[in-house]
Amino acid sequence: MKLELRGITKRFGSLVANENINLVVESGEIRSLLGENGAGKSTLMNVLYGLYQADGGEILLDGKVQAFKGPGDAMAAGIGMVHQHFMLIPVFTVAENVVLGNEPVNSIGGLDLETARARVKEISDRFGFNVDPDALVEDLPVGVQQRVEIIKALSRNAKVLVLDEPTAVLTPQETDELMQIMRELAKSGTSIIFITHKLREVQAVADKITVIRQGKVVGEASPKASASELASLMVGREVDLQVDKAATKPGKVVLSVANVSVLDDRDQRAVDDVSFEVHAGEILAIAGVQGNGQTELSEALLGLRQALKGSGEISLDGHNLSSLSVRKHLEAGIGYVPEDRKKDGLVSEFSIAENFMLNGSFAKPFAKGINIDFAARDEIAAKLIKEFDVRTQSAETPAGKLSGGNQQKVVVARELSRDVKLLIASQPTRGVDVGSIEFIHERIVAERDSGRAVILISTELDEVLALADRIAVMYRGRIVGIVDAKTSRETLGKMMAGVAA
Amino acid sequence: MSETNKLLKEIMSGSPLRIALSVLLGFVIGSIFMAVFNENVVATYETFFSYPGLTFQVAIQTVVDGYVALFNGSIINLSADNPVSMFRPITETLRLAAPLIMAGLGVALGFRVGLFNVGGTGQLIMGLLGATWVSTRFDLPYGLHMIVALVVAVIFAGATGGLVGYLKAKTGAHEVIVTIMMNYIAIDLFTFFLRTPSLLLENGGGGNPKSDPPALTAQFPRLLGDSFGLNIGIILAILAAVVYWWLMERSAIGYRFRMVGHNADAARASGISVERTYVWALAASAAFIGLAAANQGLSATSGLTSSIHANIGFDAITVALLGGSRARGVVIAGLVFGAFKAGSPTMQILGVSPEVLGIIQALIVLFVAAPPLIRAIFKLPKAEVK
Repeated sequence: MKLELRGITKRFGSLVANENINLVVESGEIRSLLGENGAGKSTLMNVLYGLYQADGGEILLDGKVQAFKGPGDAMAAGIGMVHQHFMLIPVFTVAENVVLGNEPVNSIGGLDLETARARVKEISDRFGFNVDPDALVEDLPVGVQQRVEIIKALSRNAKVLVLDEPTAVLTPQETDELMQIMRELAKSGTSIIFITHKLREVQAVADKITVIRQGKVVGEASPKASASELASLMVGREVDLQVDKAATKPGKVVLSVANVSVLDDRDQRAVDDVSFEVHAGEILAIAGVQGNGQTELSEALLGLRQALKGSGEISLDGHNLSSLSVRKHLEAGIGYVPEDRKKDGLVSEFSIAENFMLNGSFAKPFAKGINIDFAARDEIAAKLIKEFDVRTQSAETPAGKLSGGNQQKVVVARELSRDVKLLIASQPTRGVDVGSIEFIHERIVAERDSGRAVILISTELDEVLALADRIAVMYRGRIVGIVDAKTSRETLGKMMAGVAA
Repeated sequence: MSETNKLLKEIMSGSPLRIALSVLLGFVIGSIFMAVFNENVVATYETFFSYPGLTFQVAIQTVVDGYVALFNGSIINLSADNPVSMFRPITETLRLAAPLIMAGLGVALGFRVGLFNVGGTGQLIMGLLGATWVSTRFDLPYGLHMIVALVVAVIFAGATGGLVGYLKAKTGAHEVIVTIMMNYIAIDLFTFFLRTPSLLLENGGGGNPKSDPPALTAQFPRLLGDSFGLNIGIILAILAAVVYWWLMERSAIGYRFRMVGHNADAARASGISVERTYVWALAASAAFIGLAAANQGLSATSGLTSSIHANIGFDAITVALLGGSRARGVVIAGLVFGAFKAGSPTMQILGVSPEVLGIIQALIVLFVAAPPLIRAIFKLPKAEVK
C-alpha cells in the first residue's frame, strides 16, 4: 500500500513537533526515519496511527484521504505499529495475544482458539517467523516476542508497518534476523517505516532514508551514504564519530569484584557469581542485551542493592565495600551515572544548580555547617554549565525542562566534578543527541586518561567498541567472558547470546 | 512515582491565580447556601413570579449582610462604639490563626517530603498531654514553667510523629493508616489520663474527664492586656514560619527533605537514607504540630477537656493545602481560616449558620486540591508536571 503524508503539522502549545512534513512511502518499500531523540519521529508516527490529531495536513493511503479518529481507524485502514515497549500479555499464549481485541468467536460466542492458532501458523510459515502459537509469551526470548507483535499487526492485514526503535532490545543476531524479516515483508508488498537512530542498521536495510530534525524533514538520503554523512544530516553540522583515544596504560587494581551474586526485585538471581577487576586508567565495558543483570550489578557496585550474603566481595582500593551504605560508597570514591537519569540521576523539579549538589549536601563546598552555601553553589553551577556546555538560560532552570542530552550533561558534570577513583557510567548516552554523545564520550576517555578506573555499562555495541579497553559480556546474570577490545562484532554478538568465546 | 505523589506535586505547584479563583468560587457557592434558605428570602418565594426582582434584591442583601458580618467579626467592627470592641475582631483572628499556622506548617513539611501526615490530631493531643502534665503537675518559676511546658509539648508530639516514621521506615506501613490509628489511640489515651486522679484529673474533680487549669506561671502571656485574648501564640507562629522557611529553603537538611519528596530514587542513589529521612521528617512535622498543642494547652485559663484539640489537626491539612506548603502561603491561609473562625459568631447572630463557613472553607480546599476541576471551570491551561 502506498502511504502519503502531506504537510503534516502538529503543535503542542507553542512547540511545533512536526512542521509541514511530506513523506511518500511506496508499496513494498522500507523507509527509514532517521533523527535524534525529540526530532519529532514518534509524534509523526502517532499522528499516522491516530493517537494524535494533526493540526494541519492529510494522510493518504493509495491516494485516498484518511481521517483517523483513533488507532482503531488506523488499524482498520491497514496501518500496524510495533512499539518499542511490547504491548503483550505475558501469561497469554502467542495465539491469544495475537487475537486480543479482535477475537474470532464460534457459534455460541466462545473464543475460537483453533482459528487463532491457524492464523498465527499461517503468517509465521509464510515469512519464516518460526513462532509456536501455543507458547506462553513470558517464556519467549525478546526477539521472538517482537515477532509476535509483528504477527499481531499482520493478522489485522497491516499493509503499512511501523517499527519504532525495534532493535533496542535485540542481540546483534536477532537484529540480523529482524532485518531478514523486514526484507521478506517488503517483498510481499508491505510498506515498512523503520524508526531508529542506529546508522548501521539504516545502511543495511533501508531503501530510502528520510532525515528529520527539529520537526522538519531536512533531507532524503540513500543508504549508500556514509555514516558520518548521515550523522551530519541528522545533527545539522559536521560530526566526528570516531573517538580518539590513546592506548591504555593500566595501573593498579582499583575495583575488584569476586564471586558476587545479586538478587533482583523479584528475588531472582539477577547477577550470578560474577568476578572481574578494573584497573586505574582503563575502561572496562560491560556489554550485553538489556536485562541480563547489568542494572542489578551496577546497583550493587554503588551499594543500592546488597550483594547476596556470603556470596563474595566488592572492594575498592583494597577496602571491602560490602554492607556499607550508598553514602559510604560515594565517599569512598565512586562516581555513578545511572542508566535512567530521570529516575535515579536527577530531580526534575530541582534547578540545575540544585541538581549539581544531589550527593554533595553533607559537606563542603555545597554545605556550610547546616546551611547550604548558596554563593559557592552558584559559582560551581556556573563553572560546570560552562565546562560541560549545558544549554540552558540559567542555572535556576528546572532540570526537567532541559533536553535529554543536556540533562545527561548535568549528571555527567556532577559525577566527573567529584574526585573519584572509579566512575560507573551506565548507558551514558541513552536518549542523548549525537552532539552530546561525542562530548560525553570524550569526557569518559579523559577520565580514563587521568588515571581513573571506568566501568562502562552499555547495550550499544557501537559505544562499547568505541570506548572499551576490555569488554566483559553479560548473559543471564553471568559474565560469559572478558575479551580484548579488538574482538569482532560477530564474536561479541555470539557472546551476548550466551555462547562462550 | 506513585499517583499520590503526583497529585501532591500538582497541588503544591498551584498558581496564585488558581488559588484566588478557588477562594472566589468557594465564596460564591457559600453565598448560595446563605441566600436560598434564608428566612427573609424564603418569605419572598410566594411572590417570586410576580416580583422576581424582590427575591433577588433580598437575596443579595442577605449575602452582603452576611459577608459584612464576617468582616465585622474578623477584621474591624465598624459598628462598634468603643475602640476595644472595634479592634477585638482582628486580635481574635490572630489568636485563632496562631495554632492553625503552627500545625499547618507541620502538615506542610510532610507534604514537601511526600508524606501525608493526617495524624495532626493525635500528635496535637500527645503534645497537649505533655503540656498539661507540666503545666498542672509541676511548680516552676514564671516564664521557665511556660518554656518547659512548651518544649515538652513539642517533644511529645515530635516523638509521636517520629514513631510513625519509624514504623513506616521499618515495616513499610503507610503513614496515612498509621497516623489515623494513632489519632484514636491519642484521643483515648488523653481522656484516660484526664479521668485518672493520679494522672491529670483536676483536684477534687468528679467523674468528668477534665484537668486543672494550667498554672498561672505556665500560661502564655497576653500581648494587649486583659481586654484582648491575644497572646504570644501569634508571635510564636510567625517565628515558626520563619524557622520553617529557613529549614525548607535554606538548610541542607531541608534540601534533602525536598529531594526525598520529589524523587526518592534519586535521593537513594545520592547516598541519602530515605528511611531515616522519613523518620526525621515526620518527627519535624509533628514538632510544629506540638507547638500548636502548647498554644492550645497554655492559652487556656480553665481546665482542659479532650475537646481542646478543636480539630486543629485536621484543619491544618486544609491550611497546608491552601498555603501550597510554603511558609508565606501557610501564614496567609492560617490567617484566612482564623478569620473564618473569628467571624462565625457574628454571622450566627445574623441568622447565618456558622456551618456555611465550614462549607466555604472545605470547598476552597476542594477546588485547590482538584486542579483539573478548577482548570475546567475557568478554562485555565494545564500546569506542566514533569
